[in-house]
Amino acid sequence: MNPVSAPEPSSPGVARRRFLKGGVALGAALAAGATRSAAGQPASDDPSKVLGSPRRPYGERSRFETSTRRAFRGKTDEVGPNMTPLQDLHGIITPSSLHFEVHRGGVPDIDPHKHRLLIHGMVDRPVILTMDEIERLPSVSRVHFLECSGNTLSEWQAATSTTVQGTHGLTSCTEWTGVLLSLLLREAGMQRGATWILAEGADATGNERSIPIAKALDDILVAYGQNGEALRPENGYPLRLVVPGWEGNVNVKWLRRLTVSDRPYMTRMESVDHTLLMPDGKARQFAFVMEAKSVITFPSGGQRLPGRGVYEVTGLAWSGRGAVRRVEISTDAGRTWRDAAPQEPVLRFAHTRFRFPWRWDGREAVLQSRCTDETGYVQPTLAALVKVRGLNSRLHLNAIQSWKVAVDGTVHNVHA
Amino acid sequence: MAPCTMFTRRTLAVASMTVLVIAATTLPVCAQLKTFGLGHAPTAEEIRKWDVTIPPDGRGLPPGRGTAALGKTVYIERCASCHGENAQDPKYGVLVGGQGTLNTDKPVRTIGSFWPYATTLWSYINRAQPLDEPGSLTPDQVYAVTALLLHLNGIIGEHDVLDAATLVKIRMPNRDGFVPDARPDVGKAAKARTRSPERAR
Repeated sequence: MNPVSAPEPSSPGVARRRFLKGGVALGAALAAGATRSAAGQPASDDPSKVLGSPRRPYGERSRFETSTRRAFRGKTDEVGPNMTPLQDLHGIITPSSLHFEVHRGGVPDIDPHKHRLLIHGMVDRPVILTMDEIERLPSVSRVHFLECSGNTLSEWQAATSTTVQGTHGLTSCTEWTGVLLSLLLREAGMQRGATWILAEGADATGNERSIPIAKALDDILVAYGQNGEALRPENGYPLRLVVPGWEGNVNVKWLRRLTVSDRPYMTRMESVDHTLLMPDGKARQFAFVMEAKSVITFPSGGQRLPGRGVYEVTGLAWSGRGAVRRVEISTDAGRTWRDAAPQEPVLRFAHTRFRFPWRWDGREAVLQSRCTDETGYVQPTLAALVKVRGLNSRLHLNAIQSWKVAVDGTVHNVHA
Repeated sequence: MAPCTMFTRRTLAVASMTVLVIAATTLPVCAQLKTFGLGHAPTAEEIRKWDVTIPPDGRGLPPGRGTAALGKTVYIERCASCHGENAQDPKYGVLVGGQGTLNTDKPVRTIGSFWPYATTLWSYINRAQPLDEPGSLTPDQVYAVTALLLHLNGIIGEHDVLDAATLVKIRMPNRDGFVPDARPDVGKAAKARTRSPERAR
């Protein structure tokens, strides 16, 4: 029930770290006169003069790439979040190894040959499907972001987390492959009068969420593929829901049961944890949609610009109501705004990469991004959110993020 | 994919206009025309094993009974190491107290102050507790621990019997403390807000 707080180690800037690592590696290679790039050995200063490594059956990234999901404080090793290093990513797709994870009862170890999906309740033909049977059905692949509604919750009262990984690392974007839930519901013969489905996971906490049938019939996926291969265990292997644009917890992982009903079940997650307490003491319930949000990932907190001159400001924007239509950048704490260039593809319910050329004059600057989605909704300021919701609703903080570039080039998380 | 494609090709020629219109909305064409017939019908036992979520009307509650007095023994043995002897250890969220704090600067969300349904408490304990041995409590033990937590929150008496019939009759203090999502709630979008699909109920 407690919000996840996110104290964190600081992370050096990408450009700076790459430079340092390269320099160290090169220096060491020269000093040692290295000739082979085996793990633990310095790399050659001229790889074209050395026989490369053997082929390998399952690829790994270069040993010089060290970006990780960071473990932020959780209740136990099994309960809590690991956040995506947005500052280190290119484009819009999150590598499966770096997709954020949040668990409440650890990651289950599931044999796909034993896994089953039960569809029952208000249906004419209750059915149990094996993974093989699910994979025989017509499939689709779609690129969608997934964001935990607790993303950015450390930032309500003060600028708290150091890096964008700490402030915004509970969002990721993936090409998911699976079967449309609408197809499965038709297969089972959904009955007239059904208004909700309950989705349940096979993990130790049995995560359960009730979902309105209109969304179930619209665009929800029952997914088994993640970026071209099977789901990762921490992302729901072998089967999960992907509910485009809706808060992460609804995207039930390790999916094993769909119960069709005419009312919500009022599970703990939907009647307690994922409600938004308002200043009057009432709590908003079934706050599913992740509203439009954007963040600059370079330059961002913990990084350092080496000197004045030209930089490409870049970041991500997304909306749970569809496509991002516009991203604007301010370099003066929101006083003036200019359009950033969205990078193709711009997909509905997906991260959109934006870019903005900027000449830093060496003076203090506060960088912000602000997005507008296809419905015309404009990403708000934190003050606007707090004015309506107060400080105790914890979830769904989608406000404009500010990064202050100090005169020494260091970048800091600030409330501006 | 192959059976679907073949079926589509064969059938499209004679498909009625109505079918085409429906198919054009959300579902693959072949799914509109016929089921695939995969999978098997579950037995009653297969459904019973997994259909464990208890909604507010209590549907699915098993036989069994317990009281707070009995629950104390189970609680000390199975729950107290994480939640504290009096269910007030903050590490996993305080479970007791907090009534009257929800509209203050420091709201304390507990079972007694916040949870709208007692069935949710029963269902969650039954399914997910204790953390290291989920689903290991007997129905009697779940009724008893639920009774204890309700008693510690001043909602039932120490010797009140909790069972399938009495659990659903409990009215939690914050039962009326919830409202539908009211977003978008800022800017122009708030003014123009219309009924959206996610609020269909």
